[in-house]
Amino acid sequence: MIVPLIVFFACAALAVTGAILLILAREPIHSALSLILVMVSLAILYLLLGAEFISAIQIIVYAGAVMVLFVFVIMLLNAGVEERTDFSKFAKFAGLPLGFFLLIEVARWMYGASAGSAIVPGADAFTQAASTRALSAELFRKYLFNFEATSILILIAILGALVLARKSQ
Amino acid sequence: MGFISQHSVLVASLIKIAVLLFIVMTALAYLTWFERKVVAHIQSRWGPYYVGAHGLLQPLADGLKFLFKEDFTPPTSDKLVYVLAPFLALTLALTALALIPFGPPYVHFLNGQPVFIVSNIDIGLIFLFAITSMGVYGVALAGWSSNSKYPLLGGLRSSAQMISYEVSLTISVVGVLLLAGTLNFNGIIEGQGGYWLGFLPRWHFIPQIVGFFCYLTAAIAETNRVPFDLPEAETELVAGFHTEYSSFKFAMFFMAEYANMITVSCLATILFFGGWLSPFPETWHWQWYLPGAGLIALGIYCVVDAATRMRGIARLQLGVVALLSLGLGGLCLLPGVAPYVQGPFWFTLKVLVFLFFYVWVRGTLPRFRYDQLMSFGWKLLLPVSLANLVITALVLLFPAFTRHA
Amino acid sequence: MIIPTSYYLVLSGVLFGLGVVAFIFKRNVIAVFMSIELMLNAVNLAFVAFARAHQQLDGLVFVFFVIVVAAAEAAVGLAIVIMLAQNRESLNVERVNLLKF
Repeated sequence: MIVPLIVFFACAALAVTGAILLILAREPIHSALSLILVMVSLAILYLLLGAEFISAIQIIVYAGAVMVLFVFVIMLLNAGVEERTDFSKFAKFAGLPLGFFLLIEVARWMYGASAGSAIVPGADAFTQAASTRALSAELFRKYLFNFEATSILILIAILGALVLARKSQ
Repeated sequence: MGFISQHSVLVASLIKIAVLLFIVMTALAYLTWFERKVVAHIQSRWGPYYVGAHGLLQPLADGLKFLFKEDFTPPTSDKLVYVLAPFLALTLALTALALIPFGPPYVHFLNGQPVFIVSNIDIGLIFLFAITSMGVYGVALAGWSSNSKYPLLGGLRSSAQMISYEVSLTISVVGVLLLAGTLNFNGIIEGQGGYWLGFLPRWHFIPQIVGFFCYLTAAIAETNRVPFDLPEAETELVAGFHTEYSSFKFAMFFMAEYANMITVSCLATILFFGGWLSPFPETWHWQWYLPGAGLIALGIYCVVDAATRMRGIARLQLGVVALLSLGLGGLCLLPGVAPYVQGPFWFTLKVLVFLFFYVWVRGTLPRFRYDQLMSFGWKLLLPVSLANLVITALVLLFPAFTRHA
Repeated sequence: MIIPTSYYLVLSGVLFGLGVVAFIFKRNVIAVFMSIELMLNAVNLAFVAFARAHQQLDGLVFVFFVIVVAAAEAAVGLAIVIMLAQNRESLNVERVNLLKF
C-alpha cells in the first residue's frame, strides 16, 4: 500500500532534482545528463500509472534516441562551459521569489481543481485496458489518419535534417 | 520467518537476483577464457594453458591483474562523467539479463513465483530493447569524458554505429512478434511448441529465416564485435573509446561488452530457436538423462586427462573440476531433479552455440571499414528488415497461416 | 493507498515551470532546446495522469504522438543548431541578434 507512494515521491524528487540541475549546470553535457534522469524517472512514473507501453516508448525514443542526438550534437560542437550572463537585479532578487509564489499558486489551484476526478478504484483495470494490444487497436483504427500524417512528418523531418546539416557546397 | 512469509515475493526475487548475478559474473569471466581458447585454436595455437590446468585459472589471474593495476584518471577529464560511463554500461548490460527466462514458468517456488525468470513482465521484449537502447550512453559518454582525440572519435563512431544497427535489430524482430502475438518472452517461447510435419519443431527461425539473419548481423554490430568492431580495434584508433580507462573501469567495459553478447545470444534463442523448449518431443523421456550424461562424460574426460597428461598442481585442479562435474552430473540424474533441469539445459546449450558462433566469426572475418559499415547498415540491412516485415505481415493476412487471434 | 491524480498534476506543473525558467535563463542554445523537451515531458505526464483518471486510452495515444513530434522537432532543431554553430562560431543565444532592432 505504501510502496507506490514511496516510489512516487522518490521518482518525483528525482525528476525535480534533474530539472533543477538542468538549470544550474554549467556544462551542456551535465544538463543533458540531468534531462535523461528526468526522462527515466518519468518513465517509472508512467509504469506506476499503468501505462507500460508508453513507459517503454519513453525510454526507447526519448531517453534512448532523442537524448542521444542531443549528446551527439554537444560532442560534435564541443560545447564547453556556458558563458555567465548578467542577470538583471530585478530577476535575481524579485524574480525568483515571485516565480516560487506563482508555482505554489498553480499547485494549489491544480490540487483543488482536480479533486473531483479521483481515480476509480480497481486501478489494475486500466493497466489491462492500456495493454499494448488495446493501445495499438486504438492507434491503428481510430487514429489511423493521425498515424500516417505523423509518419509523413517524420519523413519531412529526416529530409530537413539531412539537407540542413550538409556542409554548404 | 514472519518477514519472509509476508514479503515472500521480495525474498524470492532477491534470491533469484543473487544467484543470477553469481552465475552471470562467473560466465563472463569464463567467456573470456572460452574466446581466447577458440580463437587460438582457429589460429593453430594453444591459447592460455599455463595458468591452471588448460588455462582455467586465467580469468582469475586477469581479474587480479585488473584489480591491482594503477587506477589513473586523466587530469583534464570530466570526473563525474568519466566515472559514470563504465558504471552505466555495466549496470544496463546486467539489468537486461533480469528479463530472460532460463526455463519454463511453471517451475515455481512455494509462493508461486517462477524460478527461472527474475521478472516476467508482459512487455518483456520491448523493455529489453529499451534497456539496450540506453546502452549507447556508456560508449558515447566514455568517449566524451576522456577529453582526448582518439577516444572522442572512437566514441562517436561507435555510438553512431550502435544506433544505426539498433533500428534494423528492432525491425527484424517485429516479424517474430507478428507470429507470436505477444511481447512476453514465455508467451513467445510457448508459441514455438509443436511440430510441423511431425518432426520439424515450430521454431521461428524457419518461417523467419531472413529476419534471423538480419537479427544476427545487427546484433553483432550492436555489441561492437568483429567484423563490426572498428571503433574499438587495437590497430585502428588506439583502443577506441576506452583508451583512457585503466584497471577496473576498463574491466567494467569489457564485462559490459560480454554481458551484451550474452544478452543478445539469449534473445536470439528465445525469439528464433525456441528458448527453453527441447527439439525432441516431450514424451521422449530419455532426454531427461542428457544433461547428467553430458556432465559425467565431461568428468570422466577430465579424470583421464588429469591422469595421463597433467603434472603437479594441474592434476589437482583438474581433479577438482572432474569431481564437481561428476557431482553435478549425478545430481542431474536423480529422477526428482531431472525433469526440472531440462529447460535450463536446452537454453544454455543453445546460448552456448550462439556464443561459439560469435567467437568463431571473430576468429575468421576481417573487419569492415567505417563507411562500409554504415552504408551496409542503412542501405542494405534496414531495407531487407523492412521487406521481411512487410512480407510477413502480408503472408499473415491469410487465415491459414495465423495461429493466434 | 491510491495516489490521487492531483499529485501527478502538481509534479507536471512544477516540471513545466522549471522548463520555462530554464528556457528564459539559459544562454546555450542546446540547453534552451533541452528545456523545450522538459516542458513536453511535463505535458506528457499530465496527459497520462488524466488518461488514467478518466480510464480512456485517448490520452495515451496523444502522448505517443507528442513523443514522435518532439523527436522530429529535436532532429530538425539540432540540425539548425549545427548550422548556427558553424556560421556564427558561437552557441550563445545572445549572439544570434542580426534581426534585433
